[in-house]
Amino acid sequence: MARRSLPLLRHLLARSTPRRIQTRSVTYMHRPGDGTPRAVTLIPGDGIGPLVTGAVEQVMAAMQAPVFFEKFEVHGNMKAMPQKVMDSIRRNKVCLKGGLVTPMGGGVSSLNVQLRKELDLYASLVNCINLPGLRTRHDNVDIVVIRENTEGEYSGLEHEVIPGVVESLKVITKFCSERIANYAFEYAYLNNRKKVTAVHKANIMKLADGLFLESCREVAKKYTGIKYNEIIVDNCCMQLVSKPEQFDVMVTPNLYGNLIANTAAGIAGGTGVMPGGNVGAEHAVFEQGASAGNVGNDKILEQKTANPVALLMSSAMMLRHLQFPAFADRLETAVEQVILEGKYRTKDLGGTSTTQEIVDAVIDALD
Amino acid sequence: MAFQLLRQTLGRRSLANPRAFSSASTPIRATLFPGDGIGPEIADSVKQIFQAADVPIEWEEHYVGTEIDPRTQSFLTWESLESVRRNGVGLKGPMATPIGKGHRSLNLTLRKELNLYANVRPCYSLPGYKTRYDNVNLITIRENTEGEYSGLEHQVVRGVVESLKIITRQASLRVAEYAFHYAKAHGRERVSAIHKANIMQKTDGLFLKCCREVAEKYPEITYEEVVIDNCCMMLVKNPALFDVLVMPNLYGDIISDLCAGLVGGLGLTPSCNIGEGGIALAEAVHGSAPDIAGKNLANPTALLLSGVAMLRHLNLHDKAELIQKAILNTIAEGKHRTADLGGSSKTTEFTQAIIDHL
Repeated sequence: MARRSLPLLRHLLARSTPRRIQTRSVTYMHRPGDGTPRAVTLIPGDGIGPLVTGAVEQVMAAMQAPVFFEKFEVHGNMKAMPQKVMDSIRRNKVCLKGGLVTPMGGGVSSLNVQLRKELDLYASLVNCINLPGLRTRHDNVDIVVIRENTEGEYSGLEHEVIPGVVESLKVITKFCSERIANYAFEYAYLNNRKKVTAVHKANIMKLADGLFLESCREVAKKYTGIKYNEIIVDNCCMQLVSKPEQFDVMVTPNLYGNLIANTAAGIAGGTGVMPGGNVGAEHAVFEQGASAGNVGNDKILEQKTANPVALLMSSAMMLRHLQFPAFADRLETAVEQVILEGKYRTKDLGGTSTTQEIVDAVIDALD
Repeated sequence: MAFQLLRQTLGRRSLANPRAFSSASTPIRATLFPGDGIGPEIADSVKQIFQAADVPIEWEEHYVGTEIDPRTQSFLTWESLESVRRNGVGLKGPMATPIGKGHRSLNLTLRKELNLYANVRPCYSLPGYKTRYDNVNLITIRENTEGEYSGLEHQVVRGVVESLKIITRQASLRVAEYAFHYAKAHGRERVSAIHKANIMQKTDGLFLKCCREVAEKYPEITYEEVVIDNCCMMLVKNPALFDVLVMPNLYGDIISDLCAGLVGGLGLTPSCNIGEGGIALAEAVHGSAPDIAGKNLANPTALLLSGVAMLRHLNLHDKAELIQKAILNTIAEGKHRTADLGGSSKTTEFTQAIIDHL
């Protein structure tokens, strides 16, 4: 009797953490044929990229999600994105990628930036949110940073005036500022967000950031139900580390967006868990939320302890973008369950698990 | 061109051998700008504490004028600026720039006229004032003259604006030299250069090259380079990873304010501007708070800690330690705290408590 009750006891104890019940909302009625598997371009990338994209592939297969991946090898030290990769993305319209590392000062422009410019992915979105069960120093963080992705400081227009004096051009245009402001307010409207904050440094860069702010103000007038305010970037960083709950949606030009996204990701748990993506009028590329050029170090690679949560959550965003909401919900619930239980966590979240252990736990938690 | 070279070498040498300041018998003259709003009250607090600690400093007070001085094109008079140049050290309270056109902002005037090229902010967690971060102990050194804040913008065509970011070898070398010199003088072990050279390859690349050159001259100090987005992330997750940070203008602005946020805000942050020829102008970076001016409620900590930074620059390390300990002990004790730290003491009570702790 004791021998039989022991496994029963173990089973009962194992289920003691509450399962997050997925409440079904009113159903999504599809069009006939929506279930046909969609092709998605997959770029594993450098460093830990192949490890985490491998994780996504495994989980997708376990879920039998209606997506199949067209994999392409791209490395950060290539001069340009190979033509067949670009053709594939243009055909499939959706891409999932790992990080591409840019060699420092090597005269090779970043492939991440090139991809965004060629496909005109003008909005970069990072969702920085406290995951239940993951304790950080700040609570109540739920910030979406929408960053202009094509111009600003990243125009890549630099030249040496005379030896020892270098100039870099920061270009701001009304066209790009308007469309990113439109995207931000439209996002807030479609996702029931209450406030949009524009981040700038217009007290110093009066014309450039002034133009950005003007565009934001014009768009704000069209959305009367959404509150709009402006904040200077250095004050914004200070507020983020002391009172992050005051921010909701933030719209920023290119460079500040990079800093704010990384800061917000850091306070909510780190770049290992934040999902994000880049979207344009016709294409969408999903990747780890902030710091797309950060591909981990050799130790993480050797021990295979990269954190796949960010890319898994980004692929859930991708599934929703492809209009497979139930699959997206299942994936998200499973990942959140694993984080909540806390047994399997990689080093950046304070645990000792490997990537594969997390993947197995997520597959296990799928219902 | 020869004159430029001469000035450069002289300037650099004055950095290597800081001016031999007089011994405790002859007091050192320092310029004091009390500023506006709460400025005079907190400046008074500083004077009292320095006097009680027997610091050999004689203050020369200067106020912002009510008329624009044509020689400086701002409300700061030529005499005030000459005073700082002569004395070599100064302490500045918060100044509210009057609104209007036709004059330069006060901070801009000071920076340009005194050639203040580096802004140094020591950020350390104040024991007893709990924020979410307990183990912050870093210094941010920011290049203060060029970079993105050159103010060179123009409209190309309607709806297209260009802004120039300028990085020069001279300015980058200057601030890197100061950063390593500071690290060595204060016993710091590591200097991190913050950049975005993977995207802005030529500009931040030049800054990094200059930092590397200077790093070779200081082999005992560890030098590393960190991309700014990683830096932001690491700062909010684990600020203990950093020691001395050296950065160009824009990144420095953002990171130094971020670090100020980590330790409790601008009301507690000291700051010191270093100029050519060894000039140091310490300042409180918070605003003039006109709503509590004159009510004896202001917190003088920022100006006091800036004064301490000024004393360290003058190599009066024992006095600096004494006053800093007294301030930290008073705050740690918790019995006398001003309203912004959650207490109910008046400025004068807080000042007296610090004097008692000396």
